Amino acid sequence: MNNALVVVVIASGVAYGTPLLFAALGELLTERSGVLNLGVEGMMLVGAVMGFWGVERVHGNTAAILVAALVIAALAGAAMAAIHAFLVITLRANQIVSGLALTLFAGAVGLSSYLGNNLNLSDLPAKHSFGAFLPQSLQNMTIVGPIVFSQNILVYLSWALVVAIGLYLTRTRPGLNLRAVGESPAAADTMGINVTAYRYAHTIAGGALAGLGGATITLAITPQWVSGITEGSGWIAIALVIFAFWRPDLCLVGAYFFGSLQALAPELQARNISLGPTVLWTSALPYLMTVFVLVVVSSGTARRRLGAPSALGVAYVREEL
Amino acid sequence: MAGRIPAVSMRGITKRFPGVVANDRIDFEADPGEVHALLGENGAGKSTLSHILSGLYRPDGGEIYLAGQKVSFASPRDAIDAGVCMVHQHFRLVARFTVSENIILGDRRGAGRRFRIRADAVESQVRALCERYNLPVDPRARIWQLSVGEQQRVEILKALYQDARVLILDEPTAVLTPNEADSLFVTLREIASENRTVIFISHKLNEVEAVSDRVTVLRGGRHITTVRTSEATPQSLADLMIGHDFAAASRPGNGHQIGAAMLEIDGLWADGDRGVPAVKGVSLAVRAGEVVAVAGVAGNGQRELAETIAGVRPGTQGQIRLGGERLKRGDPRAAFDAGVRYIPEDRLGTGVSPSLSVAMNLELRSFRDNSFGPFLKLHQMRAKAEEAITKFGIKASGPDAQSANLSGGNIQKVVIAREFAGAMKVLVAASPTRGLDVAAVAMVHSYLLDAAAKGVSVLLLSEDLSEILALNDRIVVMYEGRLVEVVDHDDVGEIALRMAGRSPETKAPGETQLPSGEEEPSGLDGNRMRASGGVA
Repeated sequence: MNNALVVVVIASGVAYGTPLLFAALGELLTERSGVLNLGVEGMMLVGAVMGFWGVERVHGNTAAILVAALVIAALAGAAMAAIHAFLVITLRANQIVSGLALTLFAGAVGLSSYLGNNLNLSDLPAKHSFGAFLPQSLQNMTIVGPIVFSQNILVYLSWALVVAIGLYLTRTRPGLNLRAVGESPAAADTMGINVTAYRYAHTIAGGALAGLGGATITLAITPQWVSGITEGSGWIAIALVIFAFWRPDLCLVGAYFFGSLQALAPELQARNISLGPTVLWTSALPYLMTVFVLVVVSSGTARRRLGAPSALGVAYVREEL
Repeated sequence: MAGRIPAVSMRGITKRFPGVVANDRIDFEADPGEVHALLGENGAGKSTLSHILSGLYRPDGGEIYLAGQKVSFASPRDAIDAGVCMVHQHFRLVARFTVSENIILGDRRGAGRRFRIRADAVESQVRALCERYNLPVDPRARIWQLSVGEQQRVEILKALYQDARVLILDEPTAVLTPNEADSLFVTLREIASENRTVIFISHKLNEVEAVSDRVTVLRGGRHITTVRTSEATPQSLADLMIGHDFAAASRPGNGHQIGAAMLEIDGLWADGDRGVPAVKGVSLAVRAGEVVAVAGVAGNGQRELAETIAGVRPGTQGQIRLGGERLKRGDPRAAFDAGVRYIPEDRLGTGVSPSLSVAMNLELRSFRDNSFGPFLKLHQMRAKAEEAITKFGIKASGPDAQSANLSGGNIQKVVIAREFAGAMKVLVAASPTRGLDVAAVAMVHSYLLDAAAKGVSVLLLSEDLSEILALNDRIVVMYEGRLVEVVDHDDVGEIALRMAGRSPETKAPGETQLPSGEEEPSGLDGNRMRASGGVA
């Protein structure tokens, strides 16, 4: 039963979806504050390389090293996001241009590759990585064993994060303020909410989560580093946020859907099952859907109907009344 | 009254914006328990003053005291903490939030101040507040589901929830129906009876009379006077608001022939940007060679009227005829071809395309004649532009100068040069001199009069009374989408009263409806406005 195609695909889909989920949750926080960050891909790449650098170079016991690596990856992503925040919040630069610039800057032929090559990280096996850690008896359970209990700790961390962000947005005062800042910065400002501070904080937090997402790839999924390892996950994450109507619970569903698609092709191949040009549609589908979603939401009315924060992508200037 | 500490005392408040002094050493005082009206025309400095009091702007000079304590606000939050709340003309509400969520936004006192929000506790507090002030609104409703009047109630509830000692309302009735306005006034009296201070900003005399205890009149950024409302008459307030500077201004003898009706508008209705009617059954005839001036405070439908005539905005009902020929609705090109010329209010945004060159902007109407297939005949366009630059005295480095870099007067010259081309029959000029310097104003005026002298029907829409008095053959006042003819076009007082929604015959103070009976502007619906001097 546990070897059934569906179970295997879903189980690896959950694993593959986790980097997407982290990045999407980060982008969700950023967008809820009214800032569009198209630099997610770049932040994931930098997080991936810096996280991998962490496990290779930090010394100590395994747990401490892995935690340190995650922290380094998150800080790297946050640092990139801080640049974006400064450009678009303080200097009011165009958010799309700034985000794209950061992705290009950090991309497969940019900063992340430079770091990886310069720090001699390619072709190294990871010294430490995340793996299943729950008791074997749980892992052997039917269906839920592989899907739920055989995952690494980052998967469980992402679940906790989904719940935490969901509660934060709907049940807490800072969450309410955050939504107000993203919906109507003028109203928020009038009520004494510091629009700039909220936008900075959530843009940087979003970058940290993107960095974490990148590190999930190099520390848990394919424990190694190669240039451009995220393969466009950042873009899928951005589309995911829209798919999920800016809701964290739906981000999880979407992330696992895309993750399963990614897992499907190799699994079909391994079982010698041929469904036409499988690789073509399983590998291309996430990207095609991303393109489709991005086209749809570029129209303002569609965005509003889907529930996008009203002030998304718009800089706030107090004196313009 | 002597010895009483005013709730608000602003002394010597000065605020400058690039090119204008919005507030010039204004002194303002309001007592606890009073409704204090701040009266003035658009641009008199009312909004700036209130934004300073509510912490949105920082004054360049002057001091603010609340109940005798000196305060200095760095942000609206500081003002709210000090008990000053403002209901903005454009509501500061989050459309997707519920009423309760909006009310507890930024809360530091009530049930919403904790990290964790308890929706039921917040709702019961909001309900209690709604009942206490008789402001019915469902705390769970989302803002976008509410009518404008209900949204305003939410804004007021927001302020009351913050326990505002001073409540400022910026033109609160602009968005309300007369009935809603009446119930708002009851609420405001109720709030004032709790020893709170209500500052009521308006340019409508009816409302000021209906609701306020005292009136402070501002004009041109200066404090003119503060009087008890009971001791003032609408006429005296209107005079104070408009000033006497215009009494001397009069029309030069235009001395040209006025011919037959050229532009005829019949029962025209048009929607504003928000989808509600902004032009409500306007009928007007402008004869060849006549300058008809439409006076009125901005936002009473003048812009929509101008745009509808120019074909930019499709009318919903009624028709526009040009020399007897009916104009196609909402077709600017057909209007232009028929001879309608349009000087829009927003010259940099609508009048020209700022990033295009002067030559391109001059050809925006006629580039089809200057092209070979899809290709523009650039040489020819430049040559024509050179000609226009010389003829109209446009100060630009050349035909290729970017329009955005020109001064306001020169941009207006570009617009005029373009619009005056071809067979002009009707000229619609919307606030054509706003923001221009004296020389440029004179230049624009001479072009308008020249056009009239050549037999063009000129429709001038303006807020500037001196301009209207200087140019008109006939004055109509536009108020809330309707036109009222002014009987004596040298009587500044009558114009001012009508611009404020009153007619000289309506005297009843405390009345909050529009002028009633046969004086109601809607009484003119469908009736052609009569010619110059005709008595309505």
